[in-house]
Amino acid sequence: MKKYTFTEKKDTRSGFGDAMTELGKTNPNVVALCADLTGSLKLEKFQQLYPERFFQVGIAEANMISIAAGLTIGGKIPFTSTFANFSTGRVYDQIRQSVAYSEKNVKICASHAGLTLGEDGATHQILEDLGLMKMLPGMVVINPCDYNQTKAATKAIADYVGPVYLRFGRPAIPVFTEADQKFEIGKAWMVNEGKDVSIFATGHMVWEAIKAGEILAEKGIDAEIINIHTIKPLDEKAILDSVKKTGCAVSAEEHNILGGLGESIARTLGVNLPTPLEMVGTQDTFGESGTPDQLMEKYGLTANHIVAASLKVIERKRK
Amino acid sequence: MPEHKELERIASQVRRDVLRMVHGAKGGHPGGALGCAELFVLLYFKVMKHNPAKFSMDGIGEDIFILSNGHISAGLYSTLARAGYFPVKELGTHRKINSRLQGHPTPHAHLEGVRIASGSLGQGLSVGIGAAQAKKLNNDNTNVYVLMGDGEQQEGQVWEAAMYAAHHKVDNLIAFIDYNGQQIDGPLKEVMDLGDLGLKYKAFGWEVIEVIGHEFGVLDDAILEAKKVKGKPTVVLMKTNMGHGVDFMAGTHKWHGVAPNDEELQRALAQLEETLGDY
Ligand SMILES: Cc1ncc(C[n+]2csc(CCOP(=O)(O)OP(=O)(O)O)c2C)c(N)n1
Ligand SMILES: [Mg+2]
Repeated sequence: MKKYTFTEKKDTRSGFGDAMTELGKTNPNVVALCADLTGSLKLEKFQQLYPERFFQVGIAEANMISIAAGLTIGGKIPFTSTFANFSTGRVYDQIRQSVAYSEKNVKICASHAGLTLGEDGATHQILEDLGLMKMLPGMVVINPCDYNQTKAATKAIADYVGPVYLRFGRPAIPVFTEADQKFEIGKAWMVNEGKDVSIFATGHMVWEAIKAGEILAEKGIDAEIINIHTIKPLDEKAILDSVKKTGCAVSAEEHNILGGLGESIARTLGVNLPTPLEMVGTQDTFGESGTPDQLMEKYGLTANHIVAASLKVIERKRK
Repeated sequence: MPEHKELERIASQVRRDVLRMVHGAKGGHPGGALGCAELFVLLYFKVMKHNPAKFSMDGIGEDIFILSNGHISAGLYSTLARAGYFPVKELGTHRKINSRLQGHPTPHAHLEGVRIASGSLGQGLSVGIGAAQAKKLNNDNTNVYVLMGDGEQQEGQVWEAAMYAAHHKVDNLIAFIDYNGQQIDGPLKEVMDLGDLGLKYKAFGWEVIEVIGHEFGVLDDAILEAKKVKGKPTVVLMKTNMGHGVDFMAGTHKWHGVAPNDEELQRALAQLEETLGDY
């Protein structure tokens, strides 16, 4: 079992912001749009260095999405940025018509996704965005797991042509993936090989899955941990190859179990290779105010919850 | 009817509550809440006909208040508690887990006095219009009051609502705009200039009244005047000072979404008389 450690904690949104600063330099077609949340999205540096390629739209998210679609017509690569709720639910039809259906090369970049937004509460904590976005034909959906992966993903989507939803978060979390890694859209990352249970995790839950793997190892269980950073297109091969070995699966995401990564995996398994699956995610509920840690505990999104789900699904496999 | 002097004393307590709530939660939005304290207090302690002892969601026969810029919830919560909707000691739970005083107000938390969720900006005026039209259908001659932010005016939905309210002659609705000239990324003039906001509302068919938002007298008169307007909705542009009442918080956007630390809290509280007893 590979041991993962970290020396610092950083927010994934800073990975986005830092990558944007680099992209500003390396790709003259990259432009950024923001709706009165420049600081929260870590775009101050980009704004300062490339003011002519930074568009402040004010508090007008619908306008932002369609302007971004328009910018692509002139060959620009627009990165829109605001909180995840205002990036998706707020502007769903603008994304659907002006971006997805129009096949526009817009990168919808969404911070403060999920419960870990914390104290501002449920109006700002979207837990449905992965579902909304993955249902749009042609939309790529990515939820990276730490600062380095978010940075790599941001750079990768600039080179990919087509609409992308990139989801990241607010809190500082362990940085445990490699700096300057290559990010391949749609290719799952094998975090740890194992034979007893497959744990498929995305976003902030990957670190929790790693911790869960350590707890399971102490119980003599050899968990395979796979990071599904791209929810769509889903790396079905990686999922099927893994469960062929382990015979059971757990999904882990900071999202509603309805419509998220878990359901995508359930479909893949159901269609190809019916396999017991337990889902760690929020149980069709809104979030609430609280600290990120309190909320992750209350809504069942910790390493211990992944452990419990793993034990349960292993039990089911044996029956 | 309480004198304006009495209202000032209540507003001082509301400001203390706001500061202590966001300090206790180590986060929140004091700036806008401090800037709107006079409006909150005037509405709930003088203008509005309402029944804090027995909250009813449908508000029939009562004036209704809708907070569209939900981030300044601390000001609303304090006012509701001080008016008797729920125990003031509950103010200490704001933004904490398992609280009814969510970061942004919501009926989902079943807090007396809250009839709609807000936080995602730009929706409250539409909700207020609906509530006002329901009153007309009910032959209920009470009013609906809506408060919005000035940055919030950048949302397109606000203007869809503005057009609708004039077209449908929704004259039992009075909207207020917290015209502090500030939003998160800086002054509105730099982020996204609203131009002549009063003229815009006029062009949309509204009655427009401009007042200083920190003087009970003029604010009170503006509402009396607005109530007399028939056949169209009225908007009160309240020129406010974000962070009003605390010298080092006033007139800047620095305190939009930041809580004071221990020392800052003490310095701020020293400027505000404790009139009703801290929670
Ligand atoms: C739809 C939406 N977009 C963005 C935000 C994030 N946000 C919260 S407050 C705020 C600034 C609001 O400015 P204003 O209405 O002037 O309020 P003030 O800062 O003066 O209190 C923003 C952008 C939000 N809450 N809702
Ligand atoms: Mg403002």
